Amino acid sequence: MRKIRTLFYCLKQGFRGTWKNRVYSLASAGTITACLLLLGIFYFVIANFNHAVERAESLVGFTVFFDENTTEERILEIQEEIRLRSDVAEVIYISAEEAWENYKTDSLNEELSATFGSDNPLIDSASLEVSLNDVSRQKAVVGFVESIPDVRKVNHSDSIAESFEGIKTLLWVISIGLIVILMAVAIFLIRTTISTGINVRKEEISIMSIIGATDFFIRAPFVVEGAIIGILGSILPMGILYVMYGEIVRTIKEQFESVFTSMNFIDRTEIMHQFVPLALVFSLGLGIIASHMTAKRQIRKIELQH
Amino acid sequence: MAADFDINREMSKIEAPVISFEHVSKEYQKGIAAIEDINIRIYKGEFVFIVGNSGSGKSTLIRLMLKEILPSKGKVFVAGREIGRLRKFQVGKYRRSIGVVFQDFRLLKDRNVYDNVAFAQQVVEAPARLIKRQVPKMLSLVGLIDKAKSFPNELSGGQQQRVALARALVNNPVILLADEPTGNLDPKNSWEIMSLLEDINKRGTTVVVVTHNQEIVDRMQKRVITLKNGRVISDEEKGRYRYAKN
Repeated sequence: MRKIRTLFYCLKQGFRGTWKNRVYSLASAGTITACLLLLGIFYFVIANFNHAVERAESLVGFTVFFDENTTEERILEIQEEIRLRSDVAEVIYISAEEAWENYKTDSLNEELSATFGSDNPLIDSASLEVSLNDVSRQKAVVGFVESIPDVRKVNHSDSIAESFEGIKTLLWVISIGLIVILMAVAIFLIRTTISTGINVRKEEISIMSIIGATDFFIRAPFVVEGAIIGILGSILPMGILYVMYGEIVRTIKEQFESVFTSMNFIDRTEIMHQFVPLALVFSLGLGIIASHMTAKRQIRKIELQH
Repeated sequence: MAADFDINREMSKIEAPVISFEHVSKEYQKGIAAIEDINIRIYKGEFVFIVGNSGSGKSTLIRLMLKEILPSKGKVFVAGREIGRLRKFQVGKYRRSIGVVFQDFRLLKDRNVYDNVAFAQQVVEAPARLIKRQVPKMLSLVGLIDKAKSFPNELSGGQQQRVALARALVNNPVILLADEPTGNLDPKNSWEIMSLLEDINKRGTTVVVVTHNQEIVDRMQKRVITLKNGRVISDEEKGRYRYAKN
């Protein structure tokens, strides 16, 4: 009962402090809003990029060719050996006949095909097409396959895998850098807000301390104030991002259909489900930690002054 | 985990003294002592004046008793327990057993008389029904029950000091510290406050008053401890004011 009463007291004082200090509180919430907007934009870009990479990863793979006279039985053995790896998604066996049929369909006209009769110029071109679970594992898997006896050649492209990783890293570095700068601004403003609130209530705090209030009781209303600032700062960007994401995805699909024909965006509800908890943890955490640290230091100063 | 400090429990174990300074010195700056080698014993139920000129160390004694500062040397005991050894989380509970009034009253200007007194109970998380019972009782004791809804700026200096007294007493302290309680009051109001302090003392509370008011000290005939340059120069039962000039 006592704890509940104390909780209500702290909440009431926290709301009262936020209202009394509304200009600073709004400025601090505004910086958190800016932080979250940036975080959201980068999160959406990176999440969609990852989504696209995941799709591409299922397409990116390599082809394995074998030494002359390698039997089909041996090739199937190697197929099983590769398939057992956890980083391999799928291994498809393309027999010499299938390879020739595919080549004929894709690259030769009927007249030219007919000149070959029943000959198969690709008699030694049976192959395995390997696709991966994780594009970054390509090098390792290729190395493994190349070491298998009877494997003649592995056709692969490192550059696709490497460029995907490179872009992802660059995006993360830019976003983290910007977020760190904005976080520093937000912390500074929250500290100013809480310090102003504490200065206004300096007399009250010194009386509370002398009368025998606990540190928690004195500090908690200011931490509540920080949490309110955090929540206030997160409402607007979540709304903006929700609307903005839908509009941007729709515009891209309409305006750049030919370029992004194969681009598959994450559903708006799904991406918001991922982002909202992240945004709340970020803004609440920022508000609570910054206000707690400021309150602790400022209140100690007041206690020493009196 | 150490148990909470309960002054009533501690006091029941001992006879006296309730406050004890043992060879206490305090230096705010290295080499400059605010008080030096102070030895004072104040017993339960006593009424004690601490007098001395500005800078003699009177306020330092009050701050040491409240554990706002720690001695540079020596030990301060309250109810037999060395308060320097109290852990941070025990300090709040300890201070609830000490009522304090100041020269400048230190009332909350945006709250009425009732709320100022109730505030002292709210911050120690007292139950609402206890607050409803205690606050009017204290306001009656200081003669301000009819001013419960007034704000501090609507009251005279004497009335404001009486509100501060009600606030200091509402949590039933064992010790009452008054730092220049009549410093901002005219003689009539000063006597009213002193007479209230005497009443409170008669109810069993140990009262320690830091003052400059010679007339009050001389007429009340209580124990008087005189400080000069941070040292005790006299400690007399039923003493008189000795203004110790530098």
